Amino acid sequence: MRWLVDWIDARFPLISLWEEHVSRYYAPKNFNFWYYFGSIALVVLVIQIVTGIWLTMNYKPSATEAFASVESIMRDVEWGWLIRYMHSTGASFFFIAVYLHMFRALIYGSYKGNRELIWLLGMFIYVILMAEAFMGYLLPWGQMSYWGAQVIISLFGAIPFGIGEALALWIRGDYVVSDATLNRFFALHVVALPLALLAVVVLHILALHEVGSNNPDGVEIKRNKGPDGTPRDGIPFHPYYTVKDLMGVTVFLFLFAIVVFFIPEFGGWFLEKDNFVPADPLRTPEHIVPLWYFTPFYAILRAIPDKLTGVLAMGASIVVLFFLPWIDRHPVKSIRYRGPLFVTLMMTFALTFVVLGYLGTQAPTRVLGELGLRFGELYFSFFVVLWLYSRERRAAAYLNTLIVMVVLVGIADVIRFDPDKLGLMVWSLLIPLVYFAVFIVGPLVSSANEPRPVPERVVYR
Amino acid sequence: MSVVGVNGGRRRFLTATASVVGGVGLGFTAVPFVSSWQPSERARAIGAPVQINVSKLEPGQLVTVLWRGKPVWVVRRTPEVVDSLPALDPMLRDPDSEVAEQQPAYARNPYRSLKPEYLVLVGICTHLGCSPQYVVATRAERYDLGDDWPGGFFCPCHGSKFDLAGRVYPGVPAPTNLEVPPHRYLDGDRIEIGVDHGTGEALS
Repeated sequence: MRWLVDWIDARFPLISLWEEHVSRYYAPKNFNFWYYFGSIALVVLVIQIVTGIWLTMNYKPSATEAFASVESIMRDVEWGWLIRYMHSTGASFFFIAVYLHMFRALIYGSYKGNRELIWLLGMFIYVILMAEAFMGYLLPWGQMSYWGAQVIISLFGAIPFGIGEALALWIRGDYVVSDATLNRFFALHVVALPLALLAVVVLHILALHEVGSNNPDGVEIKRNKGPDGTPRDGIPFHPYYTVKDLMGVTVFLFLFAIVVFFIPEFGGWFLEKDNFVPADPLRTPEHIVPLWYFTPFYAILRAIPDKLTGVLAMGASIVVLFFLPWIDRHPVKSIRYRGPLFVTLMMTFALTFVVLGYLGTQAPTRVLGELGLRFGELYFSFFVVLWLYSRERRAAAYLNTLIVMVVLVGIADVIRFDPDKLGLMVWSLLIPLVYFAVFIVGPLVSSANEPRPVPERVVYR
Repeated sequence: MSVVGVNGGRRRFLTATASVVGGVGLGFTAVPFVSSWQPSERARAIGAPVQINVSKLEPGQLVTVLWRGKPVWVVRRTPEVVDSLPALDPMLRDPDSEVAEQQPAYARNPYRSLKPEYLVLVGICTHLGCSPQYVVATRAERYDLGDDWPGGFFCPCHGSKFDLAGRVYPGVPAPTNLEVPPHRYLDGDRIEIGVDHGTGEALS
């Protein structure tokens, strides 16, 4: 074995790569539960690629054959049902892992300290992943596939001056979602986007290994090195974190297997009921709902009773995430050393995201539609408050922000004023007002937003 | 690399011109790849007109035909519905069909149709392309449309509402009235969709 390694190493930087990125790559020793999700996302990526290749062997990307070929995979192909359920469950688990991974970055400030590019590359992964999931969802050619694609492609049609309609036509390759659309989405889903995804994942990890990982205490381990030149607060990734991640992946696979074998549709959350009906261009299902991982943004789109504004708001809700490293410039990285108000802010944001996600799955009734708008306002207000908190500011800055936010919410209510909904609008106005009172007025009248002293390094007894 | 004897200006000029020429070449090479996504000749040719005989329609009935891959509705409106349409004008966003692209000139009238009795509409919501439901007054409760719903179209996707002339209500995401496709009567009972009334020209 040794001779083979030597032979390769003389021709390829095998050992130095292994050492640089694995066996002598030092990671902080205080990683906790939240640090499992990067490696889990990587494992799901591998599952998706392998099962995807196998599905491609039996799938037929044609409007007349696609639905039947998926049914054939489920019924006729040996183990086809398992491979497909792994792929469909993997899609949802991918987003679960990615959302938790992103939330970890948010609460521990993992985009701070020269880590902006890691976050940006991560956001590109997220956006490519959304495109990948969206295009993959068209392939079974069920009712939801068809009408979901119709709605999302029509989003581009909101761009004015005829550009949008031309763009939507160009994306579809036909006047409606059709065979041409299915074929190009298939090509993008199985070749172009996975290649892009892999490339950006490599860049994401390279950028991470250049700066080094953040950790729950926000300690920069490279600033404190021992006599041998290795970080005192770090441990080699292999074997310490390979073993830890293996443990996380094992638990993850337990959960994954439970869903794949026992509840693959997950009550309509992972595979929607309407998608077991072949696509019918003449009839829209009564409730068009994207899969759960898109619903928070979908709820924002739906909440606004104006086509262009709704599309812009939905786009902005994703674009704003790219700017997170520049919105939150607070020197303290970790939530552990921020005040209780900041902790509440983060929990409220997580709750806002979940509530929006739920509202996006429900029919747009009067009350739920109104709630969607209010929680959409909270979603964007979060970033304003995050910016407000990002450094020491005078009381006037808080008061000005408060006035601007209340005026913006007021203008939105005047524009969309509907006498039938007056009572509902007044009551629901309490949601943003209480939010502003707590998070914008709160720091003025209490010390709940004062950060605590940050340790220079973490000492374990 | 030796710096001696190097003409820096010339080298920069050559690098810049080579980059520009290469970039222009790449731009031209992208044209076939981008254009390849446009609808094919075949997809464009399929938009042929379709015909439908409306003599068997009951009052109030809606039938759907497929034209250019889109659902096109033909509704036979009852005289009561036809008479009630002008009364809805103050409650609508564009009662007089002022957005010209949404209907041919000959359908720009209070009924948005050639004959008041028969309404022809493209059954695609002007918001995000769902196909709305035909909801008569008696079934309003099912979609939570209120007691005074006079009948019309309701889009379940995002809650847009239209009256029985395809005119949009305010306060919903759909920006404009439903589209009336070009159509004409071949004789008293047969409608041809995709061919203009008067000129008789098929839509290209």
